[in-house]
Amino acid sequence: MAVITVERKPLTFLERTYLPQIAGGLKTTLKHLVAPKKTLEYPEQRPAIPTGYRGVPTLVMDPNGREKCVSCQLCEFVCPPKAIRITPGEIPADQPDRAHVEKGPKAFDIDMLRCIYCGLCQEVCPEEAIFLQNQFSMSGYSREEMVNHKDRLYELGGTLPDAHFKWDKKKAAEEHGNAH
Amino acid sequence: MFDFYFEIPLVIRLFLQGLAVIMVIFPIAGACSMAERKVAAWIQDRPGPNRAVVPWVAWIPFLGTFLQRLGIFHVMADGGKMLFKEDSLPGHVNKFYFVLAPIVAMIPALTTVVVVPFGAYLDAAGKIIPVGLAPLDVGILAVFAVSSLGVYSMILAGWASNSKYPFLGSVRASAQLISYELSMALSVLPVFLWVNAPGMEATMGFGRVVEFQSQPGFLGGMWFGFLMPLSAFIFFVALFAETNRQPFDTVESESDLVGSFHTEYGAFKWGLFFVAEYSHMIVGSGVFMLLFGGGWNPLPWVPLADLVGWLAQITPLASHPLFVGVLSISIFLGKVLAMIFLFMWVRWTLPRFRYDQVMKIGWQRLLPLSIANLLFYAIAIAFIQK
Amino acid sequence: MIATAKPDLVTVNIDGKEIAVPKGTNVIEAARLVNVDVPHYCYHPKLTIVGNCRMCLIEMGMPAVDPATKAPIMDPATGKQKINWIPRPQIGCGTNVSPGLHVRTTTPMVKDAREGVMEFLLINHPLDCPICDQAGECKLQEQATGYGRGYSRFIEDKNVKPKRTQLGPRVTLDDERCILCSRCIRFSKEIAKDDVLGFVDRGSYSTLTCFPGKKLENNYSLNTVDICPVGALTSTDFRFKMRVWFLKQTNAIDTESSVGANTVVWSREGTIYRITPRRNDEVNDTWMADSGRVLFKAVQAPDRLSAVKINGTDSAFDIAINAAAELFKANAGAVAVVGSGRSTVEEQFLTKQLATALKASTHLVSRVGEGDKLLVSADRNPNVRGALVTGLISTLPGVKLVDLGAQIDAGKVKVVVTVGEDLAAAGLNAGQLAKISLIVLGTHAKSMDGGAKVVIPTLTAFEKSGTFVNQQFRIQKFLKAVPPMAGATDDLIVLAKLVGAAGGATIPTEVNALWKTIAAAVPALATTTFANLPETGQLLDATPFSALPFVEGETLHYKPAQPVVAAANA
Ligand code: SF4
Ligand code: SF4
Ligand code: SF4
Ligand code: FES
Repeated sequence: MAVITVERKPLTFLERTYLPQIAGGLKTTLKHLVAPKKTLEYPEQRPAIPTGYRGVPTLVMDPNGREKCVSCQLCEFVCPPKAIRITPGEIPADQPDRAHVEKGPKAFDIDMLRCIYCGLCQEVCPEEAIFLQNQFSMSGYSREEMVNHKDRLYELGGTLPDAHFKWDKKKAAEEHGNAH
Repeated sequence: MFDFYFEIPLVIRLFLQGLAVIMVIFPIAGACSMAERKVAAWIQDRPGPNRAVVPWVAWIPFLGTFLQRLGIFHVMADGGKMLFKEDSLPGHVNKFYFVLAPIVAMIPALTTVVVVPFGAYLDAAGKIIPVGLAPLDVGILAVFAVSSLGVYSMILAGWASNSKYPFLGSVRASAQLISYELSMALSVLPVFLWVNAPGMEATMGFGRVVEFQSQPGFLGGMWFGFLMPLSAFIFFVALFAETNRQPFDTVESESDLVGSFHTEYGAFKWGLFFVAEYSHMIVGSGVFMLLFGGGWNPLPWVPLADLVGWLAQITPLASHPLFVGVLSISIFLGKVLAMIFLFMWVRWTLPRFRYDQVMKIGWQRLLPLSIANLLFYAIAIAFIQK
Repeated sequence: MIATAKPDLVTVNIDGKEIAVPKGTNVIEAARLVNVDVPHYCYHPKLTIVGNCRMCLIEMGMPAVDPATKAPIMDPATGKQKINWIPRPQIGCGTNVSPGLHVRTTTPMVKDAREGVMEFLLINHPLDCPICDQAGECKLQEQATGYGRGYSRFIEDKNVKPKRTQLGPRVTLDDERCILCSRCIRFSKEIAKDDVLGFVDRGSYSTLTCFPGKKLENNYSLNTVDICPVGALTSTDFRFKMRVWFLKQTNAIDTESSVGANTVVWSREGTIYRITPRRNDEVNDTWMADSGRVLFKAVQAPDRLSAVKINGTDSAFDIAINAAAELFKANAGAVAVVGSGRSTVEEQFLTKQLATALKASTHLVSRVGEGDKLLVSADRNPNVRGALVTGLISTLPGVKLVDLGAQIDAGKVKVVVTVGEDLAAAGLNAGQLAKISLIVLGTHAKSMDGGAKVVIPTLTAFEKSGTFVNQQFRIQKFLKAVPPMAGATDDLIVLAKLVGAAGGATIPTEVNALWKTIAAAVPALATTTFANLPETGQLLDATPFSALPFVEGETLHYKPAQPVVAAANA
C-alpha cells in the first residue's frame, strides 16, 4: 500500500503558547456550563422506546388470551448463551380450546443473567410466541430471581395482535372435515 | 460591643482563631470536592450528584429540594463513608511511613494558612489592620518554604507504598514541584521589589502588598495583576503545576499511573490527601489574590476603606471593626472561591500535558520567561523608585 | 430382506463411477457404496421392497447391443459403447443391479422427478414441525431442504385425518403426517409376525389404522416408530419429552437378555430420554424389543442406592472397605462370592480376582425366561458367557444358588460378597441369610439389604463403560452415557478396593488400563483391547464351552449349537 505523507501544518507562535486554544476551550466549556442539561434522570424520567427495540424476551398470548408457544424448543436451540430452558408438555385431549395444538410448554425459563438480548429467539419462533419488547431493566437480589419463569414471561409479554390465527384455522378445517 | 473578645488572653484567642481556620478549611475542602463534581457535571451537560438527602431536610419545602439537587448531602455521605469505611493497610507497604505520609500532607497544607491574611479591619485611627493568625513579616517566604514540604508526603507515600505506580508518581511529583517552584518564586519577586521601596521598612509580608494596591490614584489603586501581568501569568501557571491540577496533573494521571502515589491508599488516609490538595488550592488562590488580585479590596481602584466609608454614611455600624472584618473576609473568600472555580473550569476543559511537555514548559519556557520578567521589572523599578 | 450376497460380483456404473457389487444388490445400496445418496422413504434395507413412495427415482440405461448380432454398438463421439437410456425414470429400490447397468442421479429429469414427488407428498402434509417429535430426524424435512419448493401451490383445503390415535400401549399415531410408505405395515407382518396394521380408504384419503379389534401391542411395536420416516408414529413414552437435536447419542448394548442387541442411548445433561436400536447385521439388524427401551428408567428410579451403609447406618466408602477387610480377615477361608451375569466382563474379571484373593467359592445367579425367537433370548443375563470366558465360573449357573445355601447351612461360609445380585430372590432363605455377614454391591434397594453388614452403591450400565459377551460369544462394548449418580461408586473401583482389602494386588480401574491386565490374564482375550473393539463386536472362540448346555433357543441371528433340552435347568 502506498504511503501517503501528510504534511503537518507548522504551528504559529500563538498556537505554540497554547493560549488561544485554551481560551477557546474555556469558552466552549463555559457555554456548556450554562446550557440546559441533557441527562435523563432515569427512574423518574424514561426514554421513549423506539419500535423494534430489543428488550427483555417475553412470551405473548394471542388476542384471545391463549398461549401461543408450542414448546418447539427452537428458541432454546438457537439461543447463543443457552439462556432458555423449556420443559415441553402435552396439552390434555379434553382441553376444549387448545387440545388440537397438542403441545405446550410445561415450564419455560429464561435466565436473564445469561440472555444477551440478541433477539434470535424471536427471529426463530415459528409461532410468533416470543418477543423482545420494551422492558429493558431487570434486577433482582439473587440468581434465582433473575430467571424469568413462564408466568412472569406471560405477565411481561401480555397480548400482541396476531396475523395468522394458525391454530384456529386448523381447528376450523378439522370441524369442516374433508371435501368428500 | 464585642470588645470582650480582645480581652481574652492572647493564647486562647489564637487557639480559637486556629480552630476556626481548621473548621473553615476542612468544610471548604469538602465542599470543593463536591463543587468539583458539580462543575464537571454542568460542563458535561449533566445535573451532577443530586440524589442523597437526609429525610427530615427533604421535608422542608423548596429549600430541601434545592439542597438535595445541589448535592450537599453527597459531601456529607462521602465524608461519613471516608471516616467509617474499613481503613485497609496493604501487607506489602512500609507501615510507619505509609501512615505518616497523609499526616505529613496535612501539616504544610494547614500551616501555610497561618501566614495568609484573609481580611482586615480598621483600627480607631482608620488604619487597615490585616486579620491573620500570624501576620509574619516573612509571609511569602513562609508560604513557599512550608508548602513545598508537601512534596515530602507524596514521596513518602510513593516510596512507602512499595509498588511501581505510586513510586513513579512520587518521582514525577518531586520533579514537577521543583521545576515550577523556581519560576513561581522568581515571578513574585517584582511585587516585593515594588512594595519594598527605598526608605521603607523591609517586609515580605502580605499586608504591605495589599496596602500598596489600595492607594489612591490611578497607579496606586491598580492591582498588581494589571501592573505586572506577566508575573501574574507565570505565578498562575506555576500554581496549577504546584497544586498538581489539570493540565499539570501528570502526577496523578490515572490513565498511566492508576492512582499514582495514593494508589494503595483508601478510606480516611486517602481522603486526607484530597483535603491537602484542596487546602493547597485554597491557600494558593489566596496568595494569588493577595499578590495580584487586590487582596480584600472589593474592586480595582476601590479600596476597602472607601467602601467602608460609603457604607458608614448609610449606617454608622458599618465602621465597627467586626463588621469590617466580616466584610473583608467575605470579599476575600469570594475572590478565592472564584479562583477555585477557575481551577475547576480549567480542569474540565483541558487535557493533561504529557510529562515531557510539563518539564519542557517548566524549564524551557516559564523559567527563562520569569528571569526576563524579573530583570525587566528590577530595572524598571530601580528607575522609578530611584 | 435383501438377498444374501453371493460371491459373484456385478459391475455397474453410477454417476460415472464404476463399482463391483454383489449380485442382487439394488441401486440404492449400490449407490450408497459410491457415496451417492438416493433419497427414499418406503425402502428399508431389512424389509421387502414395495416401491410405493416413488422418491428413489433415478435414470438408468444399459449398454447398447445390436439385437441381431449381440455386438456392442459404439458411440462414434466418445469411442465408448453407446448407452441406451430408458426415457422414463425408474425406481432405485426396486431395481437390482445387472451387469453393465448405468445409473444417473444428477440429471434434470431425476431432479424434476424428486421435486415432483416431494410436492405431492407435501400437499396434504400438515405444518406440524413445531409440535412434531420427528422434527430433526424426519426424512421429509431432510428431503424438503434438497427438493422442496419452499412454498405451496396447493390452494385447496388440506386433508383432515385423525391426529391422536393410540395404536397400542406404546405407540401414538398422527395420520395426517403419514406418507403411506407402508414400512410399519411390512415390519409388523414380516419381522414382528403380528399383522395388525393396514390402510383404509383410497387415494389421498388413505389412512393407516389397526385392523378392527386389534392393537399394535407386540413387544416390537416401537420399531415401527423408529422406521417411520415421518412423525406419524411416535413413541407415547418419548412423545413431547425432548427435541432430538438436544440429545447426545451413546452406543450401548441392550442388557435384557443374552442377545446383546446394539442400541443407542439418547441423553441430555445427564438425563436419558430414550433408547433406540443400532444397526448390527450380525446381531439385531436394526431392531430391538420394546422391553429393552425402558431400562433406562432404572437410572433415576426412587429406590436407587445412594449412600454407603454399614449395619444400616450411613457411612463413608473408605470405612466400608475397611469393614469389609476386617470381615475378610476374621472369616478367612469362609467367604463366598456371588458374581453376576449382569456385570461387565471387566467386573467379572475383578470378581474373579476377588474370589482368588479370598480363596472363596464363586457363584452366579441364573435368570431364565422364555425366548421370543427374535431379539429376547431365554437367558436373561446379558453376560453369562463373559463369566465363563474370564473364568469366574466354569459351569453354567444352577437355579437358586443351591450350592451356596448348602455351604451356609454347613457353616462353611460365613461372609458372602454379592455383586449386584439379590440373594433372597436368588434362592437363599431368611435363615441362611441370617447366618452370614453380607457385603452388598448394588444399584437398587433390595429386601435383603436391611441385614447386610456393608452396602456399597454402584452404577447402572448407563453410567459406566464396559463389555458384554453375548450368546454368539461376541464381545461387544458399550460406553458411559450419563455421569454416575452422586453417592454411587464405579463397580470396578469398589471391586479393586475389595481385592486390595482381601490382600490381592493393585489392579487398574480405568477400563482401557484394566484391559491390559485382562488381556495378560485371560488367554481368550489376549489380543483384545477395549479401545480397538469394533462397533459390531468381535467373535470369541466358543469351542472350549461347546459342551455346556446353554439355555437359549433360536433367535434372529443365532442358532443353538445343540438342541436345547428344555427342562435341563428347570
Ligand atoms: S417460544 Fe416459539 S420458538 Fe420457543 S418453544 Fe415456543 S413456539 Fe418454539
Ligand atoms: S434474546 Fe438471544 S440470548 Fe436472549 S433468550 Fe433470546 S435467543 Fe437467548
Ligand atoms: S405411519 Fe409412517 S411408516 Fe407407517 S405408512 Fe405412514 S409414514 Fe409409513
Ligand atoms: S424407496 Fe423406492 S419407491 Fe419408495
